[in-house]
Amino acid sequence: MKSAVIVFPGSNCDRDLAVGIERVTGSKPVMVWHGDGELPEGLDLIGLPGGFSYGDYLRSGAMSARSPVMQAVIKAAGEGRAVLGICNGFQVLTESGLLPGALMRNAGLNFVCRDVKLTVANSQTMFSSRYQPGAQIVMPVAHHDGNYFADDATLDRLEGEGRVVFRYAEEVNGSARGIAGIINDAGNVMGLMPHPERLIEPEQGGTDGRGMFEALSAALG
Amino acid sequence: MKARVTITLKPGVLDPQGRAIQNALGGLGFAGVESVRQGKLIELDLADGTSRESIDEMCRKLLANMVIENYRIEIL
Repeated sequence: MKSAVIVFPGSNCDRDLAVGIERVTGSKPVMVWHGDGELPEGLDLIGLPGGFSYGDYLRSGAMSARSPVMQAVIKAAGEGRAVLGICNGFQVLTESGLLPGALMRNAGLNFVCRDVKLTVANSQTMFSSRYQPGAQIVMPVAHHDGNYFADDATLDRLEGEGRVVFRYAEEVNGSARGIAGIINDAGNVMGLMPHPERLIEPEQGGTDGRGMFEALSAALG
Repeated sequence: MKARVTITLKPGVLDPQGRAIQNALGGLGFAGVESVRQGKLIELDLADGTSRESIDEMCRKLLANMVIENYRIEIL
């Protein structure tokens, strides 16, 4: 599997994501700077990492979504390449229009940084196939703007089409219908607020995040 | 020329920051604050002759997130 992790100014989970991908899939991602207008040839997976790109100026993810590399990511997504956005990466995906909705300030206004319980709402995606349907797993979150918002018609469509992949199994940030992670209609672009890359080895407190990278490795070779 | 763009949350979009401001005003003893909605004000210094259409495009492409926000342009 050939992968790349995009590095924006202010990304801080780019190395965690790269190490997670390498540990689970055995192949080391290429790190790509946000100012690059082109991606390496033949990528199977593009990772958009967590962090506070551009200091969350204007809106979280707004500046990064307009950076040169995102034009290339949008093109790659259109070609069917897998794109995984975690935390700030999810915000970049909604801001760039690759995923619907928006991530707003947490309903409680607090920065939420703790382990949360999630339910696997759809285990039939290339990102979640290694989890049991309906399984409850634990992943850490660390965000200020994770309150998923979309209009009712969009939420109904996401739920009706099985595009809600992970839900919070407890109250975390006020997200509409408990949404923690969604996928696009083609099934190759996924965004989630929790951090699977922080739960790869037992030393990190658990391994519930491995499943996502194992699923990708199985789907993408 | 100068333009001022006011960005507000669409009606119906929950505004936890506005709610917190409302609660704080109540805490300071201001009675009768029934609702607070907060937003952003962006002032642009522009080359003379910049069209309203161009400013409108700036709003749609970057300044506002059309999923959750409305914007209003004033040319000063």
